[in-house]
Parts: sequence; structure tokens; C-alpha cells
Amino acid sequence: MSGASGSAGNAVSRAADYLKHYDGPEVRIMEVCGTHTHEIFRLGIRRMLSEKIRLISGPGCPVCVTPAGFIDEAVYLADKNCVICTFGDLVRVPGNHGSLQRAREKGAQIRVVYSPQDAERYAEEHPDQEVVFLSVGFETTTPSECIAVRDAKRKGLKNFSLLTANKTMPSAYRAMSDAADVYLYPGHVHAMIGTKLCEALTEEGISGVCAGFTGKELVTALAAAVTSFEKGEPFFLNAYPRVVRQEGSPAAIRLVDEIMEPCDAFWRGLGVIPESGMRLREAYADYDARKKYDIPVMKGNGNPACRCGDVLRGSIEPHMCPMFGRGCTPEHPVGACMVSSEGACSAWYQYGDTGMIR
Amino acid sequence: MNDCVTLAHGAGGKQTAELIDKVFRAQFANELFTADDAAVLPVPQGKMAMTTDGFIVSPQFFPGGNIGKLSICGTVNDLSCMGARPLYMTCAFVIEEGYPVSDLRKITEAMAKTAREAGVRLVAGDTKVAGKGQVDGLFITTTGVGEILPGVATSGALAKPGDKILVTGDIGRHGCTILLARDDFGIEAEVTSDCAPLWHPVEAALKAVPDIHVIRDATRGGVGTVLYEIAAESGVGIRLNAADIPVAPEVRGVCGMLGLEPLYLACEGRLVMVVPGDRAERVLEALNAFPDTEGARVIGEVTSELPGRVVMTTEIGSETLLPEPGNELLPRIC
Repeated sequence: MSGASGSAGNAVSRAADYLKHYDGPEVRIMEVCGTHTHEIFRLGIRRMLSEKIRLISGPGCPVCVTPAGFIDEAVYLADKNCVICTFGDLVRVPGNHGSLQRAREKGAQIRVVYSPQDAERYAEEHPDQEVVFLSVGFETTTPSECIAVRDAKRKGLKNFSLLTANKTMPSAYRAMSDAADVYLYPGHVHAMIGTKLCEALTEEGISGVCAGFTGKELVTALAAAVTSFEKGEPFFLNAYPRVVRQEGSPAAIRLVDEIMEPCDAFWRGLGVIPESGMRLREAYADYDARKKYDIPVMKGNGNPACRCGDVLRGSIEPHMCPMFGRGCTPEHPVGACMVSSEGACSAWYQYGDTGMIR
Repeated sequence: MNDCVTLAHGAGGKQTAELIDKVFRAQFANELFTADDAAVLPVPQGKMAMTTDGFIVSPQFFPGGNIGKLSICGTVNDLSCMGARPLYMTCAFVIEEGYPVSDLRKITEAMAKTAREAGVRLVAGDTKVAGKGQVDGLFITTTGVGEILPGVATSGALAKPGDKILVTGDIGRHGCTILLARDDFGIEAEVTSDCAPLWHPVEAALKAVPDIHVIRDATRGGVGTVLYEIAAESGVGIRLNAADIPVAPEVRGVCGMLGLEPLYLACEGRLVMVVPGDRAERVLEALNAFPDTEGARVIGEVTSELPGRVVMTTEIGSETLLPEPGNELLPRIC
């Protein structure tokens, strides 16, 4: 094992060994963070686990769960000559009438940016253009989107707004709790919102471990999850204490609360989860693209044959969906799980024949 | 002479002649560079290789090079991959009206310097001027012919189980440099392009080991794409060792922030070589003697398992499949 040295290295080796030979009751662990999914895939962690340990990729990638109707709204704005600024991986996500990539090929102005601040700066430098930032993300990205709005208001920018599809994790934990025995909680989300919620969830029988993102951190967190699960009582463990504190980031919490408020949200593949979204408060209505441009209501239902919800819950395998490989492929994804290369369906489609994914 | 290129410079008259004389011939002059309709050249012995490539990079100037240097390196390296000593090149320019002549001079200077380094002669050229907005500054197309070294036959279809896979230096620098130079991301990092002409190191490697099986230029799509091509064309599996893949810390840092995989970033001075296993060390020795390839190293091997796939041994000792190349490099949000 490269890079593992000294006592820490030994601890990781022991954890890896334990996960490989675990023979206790079967345990389903759901990671609910796109970066966890990505790293688990990149590091080949599934292949390090005993058959008794099943990892389920939950709805943690904000791009994957963004509904088709949201993309349609963005394309609508692009057609109205707005400059659309977006995180890169949203560009390929399908709407009901094509993706932003398609819109760009037809002449729409779609700019890939790294942060909402880049979009806000672009708006400031181009006062003759209407700039809309596609505000997707969980508790980790929402604060920077709020900062962009706050700064735009301070500067008096009139040509910058957000199209919001921000989501929050807590309601999703409850909505998906029947699908997993233990959650691998996303470390960066809880660095923002703290861990009191996770402690409270144990009262409802929901268990989880807050995990970091390196190979060592993931292996250690998984071993902690399985060891605690074996004891049979609901539990919460913080296996990422160097970043996650019980109180979270009070400044970020205050900032978001000042600018945004909870709302119901539609998740691609899962449907509406009450109070699981965030939208701009009335005081910031001028920066809400839906209000500013009076966008007609667009339903985010997507294709009814798509069974992403069941795949996300781990209740079917990707090839059991009627759309899989027939109309839904990585080149033309229909559902959330086919959108990103680490999505369960996409991975299954590309590598299912190799015996290297479980 | 004007400060900027005008449509008159492309009209074929006196101003065209002036531009060719002062900007192109001034740099490219050699006894074979023609004023006639076509260059007249001695025919080499044995087999020849011929290739062509268009260059439209934006921005045209970036740390470590410019579009002119790139347009020579790209074609020189494509010839080198076939074991061909680059002999002659032609270049065609499409220049946007209003393009600064001083920039054009810098570009032709870089072309002449890079061609000299690679030992190739520019023998003919063409200049067109397009109206404002019809091209983004300047496009260059270069065509090259080379003479294949006797006894050398490289092809993407020749990789065999047991072969070792080499890269000639740390990967992803050029793609990373261009991403940062476009300034879309507000990230600053000291990254310079790997852009370099590689004939001399390739020649030394081929002289040390003439039966190198595959040499590929890891340009668009990066090393990952090249490996998938080789796996498919040769019908073999490829196994990489993640810990052995050389990536500069600053490139790794930028990739981490943007959610990009260095294996899919373009290189302009890095080759992938597939070499008989028992002769890999000899090839490395030859390559390591040149500054542009001193970072060459073995990153994996060819196997008979999972033909068409690239498997990676990860830094925590497990195995994973390298994701297949996508259609567009898009930073991930999470």
C-alpha cells in the first residue's frame, strides 16, 4: 500500500483488512455525496469490501438530481439572450428539450465558470449583458452563491441573477432512510451545517459516519461504520474531525439564512421532497431569475419510464430499468444516474461486462 | 510596413509580397524555401511519412510557447511517432484582418527556431487574410514529410502483452496552461506548457531499441485517450499504476480544484511509448539524456486481461477502471 506508513498506515491496513474479511450481518452503506462517489470509484474501494458490505450511491451529486425542468428553464433564458454561467458538468445534463450543450451549438451563450463569483464579476464587466448563474449545489456551494448575490446587491448590479435549484441534505436523509443501514455523511456539507442534526437522527433510528475524502479517510470511515453497525444500536460518528465541528460554520449558516429560505424541491429520480430546497428571500427578488424574467412554469418530471429513483435507492440494478441502454446511454442520458461518469447506470453501462463493478 | 495585417496583405499584390518577404521569408529562409508555386525537393530513400494538422489555440500566446511553436511541434511529433525524421514542412496561415504584425513576427520567429531545433526545413507557405470576426486571430495549418528510419515500424495496433508503457514526462501541463491562460476560472498557478519538438529523443530511443511497438503523441484527449486507442487497436488490456504517473504538483492542484483528471488533459510535448518489456530500461536511458524527456518513466504494462480496457492500480492498492474518454472536458462541481 503506497503512502501508508507508520502507525497511521498500520491503522489503515487494519481497517482495509477488516473490510475485506467482514463476515457479520449484511450492511448497506449509502454515500450521499458526489465527491465520495467519485473517489470511491476512482480508488476502487468497492473491490476492497467483503460481499457482506454493499455500497449504494445515493442522490448526492447536485448535477445528477437537478431536474429536467430546470435545464429547460436555463435554455429558455439562453434563448432570451441571457448569458448563462454554469458549473461545467451541468452543460451535458439533458432537459426535456435538449441540453445546454445543444443550446450552445445553436448559438446560445453558455459560459463555464468555476464559481458564482466568476459569474458575478463577468456581469460587472459586461453591463450590457444579462447574466444568469445556474445556482445548483448543496450546503457546500450555497454560501458562495449567497455571497455573489449579497455582493451584487451591494454593488447595485442590475444584470446579474440566480436560477436556483439549491438543495439541502437533511430532508433527503429522512426520505431515503429505508434504503440504507448507514449513511456515509458528506464531510464538506457537515463542515458547513455541523453535526447536531446527525446526532438527532440517531433518535429516529438513522445511523451514519461523517467521512473525509482521501483513500485513508474513506477506508477508516467505512471500517468505523461497519464496526458500529455490528453493535446493533443507531449511532453517529465523526470520522472527519480535522474539518467537521459539531457547530459547523456559524458564519455560513447566518449568511445563507439571511439571503435564502427553504422550499420544496424536485429531485430528478426521486420526485418532490418537502423543504429540501433553497430559494432567494423576497428581499432579494431582483436577483431571482424566475421572478426577474417571469419564466413560465416548467415541469421537471423527465421521462416516466426512467427508474433512477429505484436505482438511487438500491432497490434495482441499472440493467433492470427499461430505459437502460435503450434510449438512455452516457452519450444521451435520460436519468440522473446516467449523467455523470460515476453515476450507477453510467458505470454499469461502461464497465458492467468487466466484472469490476458490484 | 503597417502595424496590422489588412485585407490588402491577402490580395496577392505588392503588400502580400511585402508581408511574405518581411515576416515569413525573413524567418524561414533556407535554400529549399520556394518562391515558385511548389517546392522542389530531393526524394529520400526507403519509406516516407506525411501528416497535416490545424492549430487554432486560444489564447495564441501562453506560458511556455505560442501557436507558432505549437504548429511546428505538433507536426514534428506526429512524424516522430512513426519513426520518421522530419525533413520538410509547409505552413498555411489564415490571419484575421487587424492582427498585429508584431505578434505575427513573434509567431514566425518561434516557428523558425523550433524548426531549427527539430532539424526540419520549411519549404513552402500560404497566407490568407480573413475579414474581422471571421477567424479568432490566426489559424495555422502545417504539413510535414519525414523519412522513416530503416527497420522501424510503429503502429497503435502493435502493443503486445508483456510490453511496458512509458510516458516521456509529467502529463497534462499544456491543457492545464491553456485552461488557466483563458482566465475563465480566476485561478493563478505557475504552470508552463510542455510544448516541445521531440524528434531527437525519439531518434535516440529508436537507435537504442529499433522495435519500439507504439509511439503516440498525447495531444488532444491526453494520455488516457491514447491508452484507450492503443488498447482498442491492439486488442489488449492496459494496466497502469497510479503512483507511477508523473503529474506536477501545480497541475494536480489545479485539477483537484476544477475536478479534472490529468490523464485527460492535452500534452504538446509528451509521448506514450509501448516497448518490449525487457528493453524498457534501455529506452528510458536514451530518453532521459534529453532535457525535454528527462522525466520519462514506466507507468504500466500491456496485459491480455480485459482487452480494450485500461485498469488502474490505485494509490490505496485496489483496482479501478480508468473512465473512458468523454466528449468534452468539463470541470465537475463536486
